Parts: sequence; structure tokens; C-alpha cells
Amino acid sequence: MGKRIGMEVGIAAAEAVGLCNIDVAAVYPITPQSHIAEHLSDIVHDGRIDAEFITVESEHSSISACVGASATGARVYTATSSQGLMYMHEVLPIVAAMRLPVVMGNANRAIAGPLNIWNDHSDIMNQRDCGWIVMHAENGQEVIDMTIQSFKIAEHPDVMLPTVLNMDGFQLTHMIEPLEFPTQEEVNKFLPDRVPFATLHPDKPVSMGCFNMPEIFTETMKVKDTALINSKKTIIKIWNEWGKQFGRYYKPVETYKSKGAETLILTVGSMGETASVAVDEMKKAGKSVGLVKLRLWRPFPLEELRAAIKGCKTLVVMDRSVTFGGIGGPVATEIKSLIFHDKDRPRIINYLMGLGGRDVTVEDFISMVERAAKKKDETYEFYGVRE
Amino acid sequence: MNTVENFEIFAPRLIDKRELFCPGHRACQGCGEVLALRLIMKALGEDTVVSNATGCMEIVSTAYPHTAWEVPYIHVAFENAAAVGSGVEAGLKALRRKGKIADRYVKSVAIAGDGGTVDIGLQALSGAMERGHDLAFFCLDNEAYMNTGIQRSSATPFMAATTTSPAGKAIKGQRTGKKNLPEIMVAHNIPYVATACPSYPIDLMNKVEKARNIKGPAYVHVFSVCPTGWRGASNETIKLGRMAVETGFFPLYEVENGKYRLTMEYTEKRRPMEDYLKLQGRFRHLDPADIAKVQALVDKEFRKLMHKVETSVPWS
Ligand SMILES: Cc1ncc(C[n+]2csc(CCOP(=O)(O)OP(=O)(O)O)c2C)c(N)n1
Ligand code: SF4
Ligand SMILES: [Mg+2]
Repeated sequence: MGKRIGMEVGIAAAEAVGLCNIDVAAVYPITPQSHIAEHLSDIVHDGRIDAEFITVESEHSSISACVGASATGARVYTATSSQGLMYMHEVLPIVAAMRLPVVMGNANRAIAGPLNIWNDHSDIMNQRDCGWIVMHAENGQEVIDMTIQSFKIAEHPDVMLPTVLNMDGFQLTHMIEPLEFPTQEEVNKFLPDRVPFATLHPDKPVSMGCFNMPEIFTETMKVKDTALINSKKTIIKIWNEWGKQFGRYYKPVETYKSKGAETLILTVGSMGETASVAVDEMKKAGKSVGLVKLRLWRPFPLEELRAAIKGCKTLVVMDRSVTFGGIGGPVATEIKSLIFHDKDRPRIINYLMGLGGRDVTVEDFISMVERAAKKKDETYEFYGVRE
Repeated sequence: MNTVENFEIFAPRLIDKRELFCPGHRACQGCGEVLALRLIMKALGEDTVVSNATGCMEIVSTAYPHTAWEVPYIHVAFENAAAVGSGVEAGLKALRRKGKIADRYVKSVAIAGDGGTVDIGLQALSGAMERGHDLAFFCLDNEAYMNTGIQRSSATPFMAATTTSPAGKAIKGQRTGKKNLPEIMVAHNIPYVATACPSYPIDLMNKVEKARNIKGPAYVHVFSVCPTGWRGASNETIKLGRMAVETGFFPLYEVENGKYRLTMEYTEKRRPMEDYLKLQGRFRHLDPADIAKVQALVDKEFRKLMHKVETSVPWS
């Protein structure tokens, strides 16, 4: 392990990719992902790694080029954000159905309209039914670690699925943090070469992307679902391998002072760090509050979540995007429906907050928990909205 | 046009007997696209990876678990064949350079219909050509979105009736002329652009071979008769292709490093458009004045092309 250095997280994401012996990257710039794109092109143009860097004319083409390259057996990377991810949307379910590993970094940003370049999770939440492995990093070190882990997860013969690593735009991508990089030798030891299942090569011609008649389509969908569900085992295994080698352990659901707490805050992404400070303050004030953080969003870690929230009375779910039309936020909605039949399930209070870059402070978390205690029903609230 | 007559004598000796695009596909009788595809694949040979756009050729050849493809083949979506082909090229190049696959040249080609090329696929195509990938792109132009039921594209010819440019009482079919995509490709400064038609198989295959051998971007626009969509007879596909060329509506030419050259010369007077139009139901509604308008447009486009043939010089 190298020494700690101060570096912007977006740059660090590109540096992490640079350690992974990629063959092809296809990237189209968009704020706040652009530093990843720029720095990765620096790494390639300076000859630090041997890879093809395709400066595509759009995100639709970046993901399409990644599909083509991955189908030849190459290790591929792309990164995007917001409108770019939306523009890729058509291709995303196809990548998963074709079982082609593609590793993506997504700098979370609100989707238009109206146009807004700042952070929330509406971009990734709009892709949730695509069949990708969806993970969230909370800080810069996790961005480095999870970027490297992503290649091993995506390419693993028991997985063979695309992965997207979410990092909050600006609030994470543009922070300068003290970071530790593994050495090249350490990464080589952790991350073996890709061994593809089938490739586009005349030595053994295959047809990929054949269309399905109704007689077989349902079966294909079930296979896609099963593949994603089954990937959880391998993801956890690979996270444990990482922990053993590097001493930093990763879990699908992380907890902070959650044992025995009556009220639990549930967060996704970088806001977990602010929430943990709020938990400390509330604990100091004698409140029974803890924190649960979803690292893995797809496949959904239901057992791990159940274990983490067991015994709590109120679960305060923080959603950084909106499922419009009277439903609330996607994270709360899903948790509600998944634990609906559970005996003694907690009351779920849902806040739609931190939208389009709205700052969420320690005081905000404290205030949300206090208000949650007074709420009678389980409806959602746009926190801090000015009427 | 002797080549075509001699073709019958020489073909067995010249042309690979193997079919890389196989019988058993589900194309309509007399489909010009499928004939073009078969000849293209013969000329490309087995060291080829095909990236195909959604459209008739994809649908007729790849109903899971069947495939008509003997070469590695990938279909992803409608508008992105060129982008997928770029990725295939980059992947093969990197893997070969890094010693991860055998050190053997394999050509990446992309194939799309006119819709997948001149309309929804134009951005991806322009990007791929501009970036200089070693990618040959083949447009199979049957002048409409046939797979979805004969809707107009920007390659549909002036006044042709389609299901979205019907021959109505107020508007008689397609309102505009054909978008000139070969010209747009020439403007990308790529080394090789050509037009071709399977009614002239040797000419088509020669051009495909040239496109294959250019180690860079190349574009071939293949006029492909569609009896189903054109409301023509399925036994007249070859004849219609020839007429399109003989009228000068679809001249066969190539542009090497900016230099235009006709590959089928016009020694006699061009055949009148009426001969061609009257064989197709999609032009049935044209009256003599309409035919004159169509003829005038064809003449104008032909003059523009001849000017380039006469005046263009190679870039280098
Ligand atoms: C994004 C998108 N829009 C529309 C379609 C529907 N669609 C599929 S094939 C096709 C037309 C294909 O036309 P063309 O490219 O000319 O090929 P042809 O079928 O005529 O050979 C259309 C409109 C689609 N599959 N994807
Ligand atoms: S509709 Fe036309 S292009 Fe499509 S398969 Fe039939 S003849 Fe060929
Ligand atoms: Mg067409």
C-alpha cells in the first residue's frame, strides 16, 4: 500500500482505473464526471497504460462502443453522469441481458428538467430496472477501492454483468481527500486478467444479441433476474478478499452505532458521512439513534437490510430522488414493499431531500429525526421545501 | 455493362463458394438486401466481425436460437451499429497489441439499413468515421423503414408512397429527394466511399474488397431493391437494380481520396425514369407531370455528380 496523498476524488477514480489494465475506455464528458474523462485521457496519452481511448460523439455511443469492445473480450470502462446516463438508457438493459461486463463510474447529478448540474440520485434511480449491479461509494477511498473491485465483480465467471459505481457529483467527485492507492503489484495480485465466456472472434464465431420470440423472452428475463440475484454472493466474496488483502472491509449494508437504536437513519452515498456526525450529536444528547447505509442497491441486499434494522421502531429513509405521482422516494418505496409482511417492521418515514445540490447539514439530519418522531402516518415529505 | 454478362462465365472460378451468410434466413422472396449481404460477406471473408443494426437483415437472420451468420456477429440496437463496430475494432486492436489474442488481422464492419444509417444512425456513423476507426460501414438502402412496415426515411425517393408518406389527395407521397449520404461521407475526408448494387455483383464485391483492405474508415452505400416495400414483383429485383443505375437515378461510382470515378460508364443515353417508375406500385400515383418532376430531379443530381467526376482530384 502506498502512502496517503491528497487528491481530488474524480482524479482518483481515473487513477484507480489506470491501475486495472483496461483495454478500452469510451467516455463522453459531462459535469461533474469530466475530470474523470480528462484525467483518464491524460493517463492514456502519456503512455502510462496501454489502452484504446475512444473519444465518442455521445454517451449512446460510449456505452455502445463499450458493448462492442467487451464482446471481443476486452476489459472496458466508461464514466458518465445525469443526462449522459439518461442518454445511455436504451442500451443499459441490453448490456446486462448480453451478460457483458462493463464497468461504469457515475458522478451522480440531478436530471433535467429544469437543468441542474448538482448532486442528487435521480440519474441512477431512473436506471434501476436495467439489470446492472448498482453500488454507491461514500468517500474517496471507497471510490478507489470499489472501482478496482468493480472489474473483478463484473468479469467474474459467476457474475458477467455490468456494474455502475455511483459517486456523488461535486460533493464527492470534487472533494480533495487524503487517499491511499494500492500499488500496481497489489492490484495485479487482486485482479486477474479477464477470462471471457464467449468473444467475437473468427476462431469460434458466435452470434450475440439475437432477438427473442415470446416463447423464450420470459425465460430470458428470469435468467437476467437470477443472474443479478446470484451476483450478491460473489460480490460479498470479492469484498472479503479485498478486506483480507487491504484491511478495508466492505458490506452490502453498512451500519454505524445502529445496535439497539430505536430510530435508524437510512442513507445512500456520501450523505452517510454527515449523517454519522448527526448520530454522534444525537447520541450525546441521549437519543437512541443509529445509522444504516445502503452500499449495494442492485442486487437488493434484503437479508442484510433486515438484519441491520431488526428491532428498530422508526426507519427514517433519506431519498435523493423522487418517484413522482404520490409515491415518494424510490429507496423508501422499495424498502416498504420488501418488508411489508415482516412482523414488527419499523414505521418508515421518508424524506425527499438533497435534491439538485441542496445542502443537507448535520442540523438537517437532527431536525428530520425529531420531526419523524412526531409524525403519525408514513407519508413522505419534501424536506426543507419553501412553499 | 459486359461485366454482368461475363459474370456467369467467370463467377464460379472467381467467387468463394462458401456462404458466410447462410440459407435459412427469413427474408422475403426477391429481397435485394439479403442478396447484397450474401455477396458482401463473400467478399469480406471469414476474418470479419459484423456489427448489425436493428432492421430487416437483423430480424430475418437471428431469431434465437437460430442464426444465419457464419462469422462473429453482434446486434445491439437500431442507431448504434457504427459505435458498436468502433468498440469491436478498438477491442480487437488492443487485445492483439497486448498479446491477449492471436496476432491476426480481423476486420470490423458495421451493417445497417438506410434508416439505421441516414437517419437515426447518422450521429454514430459520423462519429466513427471522423475518429478514423479501421471500420467499413455498409448501408443497405431499400429506401424506407421496411422492418417496421414501409415508413419513409430520408433515403426515400421524391414522390414515393410509403406508409408515412402516403399518396394522398393533397400530398402525393414523399415531399423531398433522397439525402445524399455518400456525399456526407466524402465530407468526412475518409479514404474510400462507394455506391454499389447487387444487380452488379462483381462491381459490388470489388468495392467491398477495397473497403475491407483500407486500413481505416470506409463507406459503401448499397442500393437494395425491396419488392415488398416498393410494391414490385419479386422476380424483378435484379432488373430494377439495373434500371436504377441505367437511368442515372443511382449511379455506381467510387471516391478514392476525394477523387470521384464512375464504375459504370454511361455510353448511351440514360434510360428514362418512367421505365423504372412504372414497375413499382409506390410510384403508381404519379401522373406525367409528376414523372417529369422526378426526371428533372434525377437529371440535376446526375449533373452534380458528373461535375465532381470531371473536376475532382485526389487529395494526395
Ligand atoms: C430507437 C428505436 N427507434 C425505432 C425502432 C423501430 N425500428 C426498428 S427497425 C426500424 C426501421 C429499420 O429501417 P432500416 O434501417 O431502413 O432497415 P430495413 O428494415 O429497411 O432494412 C425501426 C423504425 C427501434 N428499434 N429503435
Ligand atoms: S421487406 Fe424488403 S428488405 Fe425486408 S426482407 Fe422483405 S424484401 Fe427484404
Ligand atoms: Mg430500409
